[in-house]
Amino acid sequence: MRKINRHKSQIALYSSLKWISRICTAVSLVSLLAVVLYVLINGVDKLSIQLLFGEYGKYPSILPAFVGTLELVAVATIIAVPIGVASAIFLVEYTNNKSKIVKYIRVATETLAGIPSIVYGLFGYLVFVVLFGWGYSLLGGGLTLAIMILPVIVRSTEESLLAVPDGFREGAYALGTSKVRTIFKVVLPSASGGIVTAIILAIGRVVSESAVLILTIGMVVNKMPVSVMSPGTSLALDIYYFASYGYPDEAAATAVVLLIFVMILNLLATLVGKLLKKGTGEK
Amino acid sequence: MTDTVKTEERYNISVKNCNLFYGDFQALKSINMEIAENEVTALIGPSGCGKSTFLKTLNRMNDLVDGCKITGEFKLGSLDIYGKDTDINLLRKNVGMVFQKPNPFPMSIFDNIAFAPRTFGIKKKAELDEIVEQSLVKASIWDEVKDRLKKSALGMSGGQQQRLCIARSLAASPKVLLMDEPTSALDPISTGKIEELMDELKKEYTIVIVTHNMQQATRVSDKTAFFLLGEVIEFGKTEDIFVNPIDKRTENYITGRFG
Repeated sequence: MRKINRHKSQIALYSSLKWISRICTAVSLVSLLAVVLYVLINGVDKLSIQLLFGEYGKYPSILPAFVGTLELVAVATIIAVPIGVASAIFLVEYTNNKSKIVKYIRVATETLAGIPSIVYGLFGYLVFVVLFGWGYSLLGGGLTLAIMILPVIVRSTEESLLAVPDGFREGAYALGTSKVRTIFKVVLPSASGGIVTAIILAIGRVVSESAVLILTIGMVVNKMPVSVMSPGTSLALDIYYFASYGYPDEAAATAVVLLIFVMILNLLATLVGKLLKKGTGEK
Repeated sequence: MTDTVKTEERYNISVKNCNLFYGDFQALKSINMEIAENEVTALIGPSGCGKSTFLKTLNRMNDLVDGCKITGEFKLGSLDIYGKDTDINLLRKNVGMVFQKPNPFPMSIFDNIAFAPRTFGIKKKAELDEIVEQSLVKASIWDEVKDRLKKSALGMSGGQQQRLCIARSLAASPKVLLMDEPTSALDPISTGKIEELMDELKKEYTIVIVTHNMQQATRVSDKTAFFLLGEVIEFGKTEDIFVNPIDKRTENYITGRFG
């Protein structure tokens, strides 16, 4: 008798857990939708040609922010992606996974990934702006962002490489394939979906970062950057600027642009991941 | 012509006094074995007896294991397998291996088979086409896949994948084929196909197979070695081992009275 009761109470527990998880999923979905809808409803009607493509004069424009964002993305990815992917390859393929040094490196990377971005910003300010004497520059900001996304890229690339079954490596070695060729022809193609997704998500972080940039690129919203050494602004910084200095409509409109930008990036990440996964079978 | 070439180079394997350590643990104890050409040699024994470990010494896959130390003399024909000047990649090209779990690469069937030839510098499409067809024919899977060579190898059934892996090894034109429990993950029909295949392949290749299946050993092999706790207890003609085992332990194992 007692056994059956326990059984019943367990069923009740399980079904309530199921409902709780459903509610949690609903809450997170609804809050995401709420943010997206709020930003769109508030901002879409405030978009204008002048704001998007005009010159910054009497009326504000986010064209300099566009250029600045693209330059930041370019600098950060060109620096961080090769270094990050190469480090991950080294850690997974060339070191003993159980060795102490690798464990320390892993803990260090995880810690780096968890550091608040404002701390990176302060570091970038002290090194690039002050120590190197570059002043506020897109290059300094991009390099700081590169340092910031590096651990993220290393960790997620590592995960993708570790997810490649050892059977693939063994199979390649057993055919007389060298280690380098195995990595480039078998391991990396299998992991490419995950790696590309990681890179695109890292770009998403660059695009939406603001704290680092306030300290390193100077938030010069009204001048088109001439080179990577110019001070500048980014879309996220423009939102901060517009909202703080009396342009609420422009802030709302810029938020729409940034949101769409990030959503496209995420969509792209999913899409590319899927395509590459499919592509591993086709020629 | 081919016959004269064949008689010049020998591809028998000779192992003398092989000892293998994983750290402090001795996995193989003074093993001596002469593996003849164009025969199937079966390695049997309970799990953890060292038969797979021994198999992997023959193409140096144990080199990948940290803390693995090997002593003894290993010869493939006149080649010293563990010689200082031995090109390990060339050795593995000549000593193909088929694994317990089918491990086709995540690429097309064609690319899987063409992988080893490409590694060794064959780039011409016509040449690759020929090697791919020949290898798939030899692995008796050509008819099943000839219309979908561009499709992913991962979409095949387990039995097909394993024969694909055999074809992939054959494409490297090896002399020896090592098979590590090649049918333990397959259904009886696929197993039957692979056993038939071995009979065909031994005409051209020296085959060493690790198996847990006693019937399989009797069906496919010419010689059998019984491993126990890292030692070879008995090695000889398969009929002799299974009909008149000399050692009591061998008898106990093959009759299922082990323990």
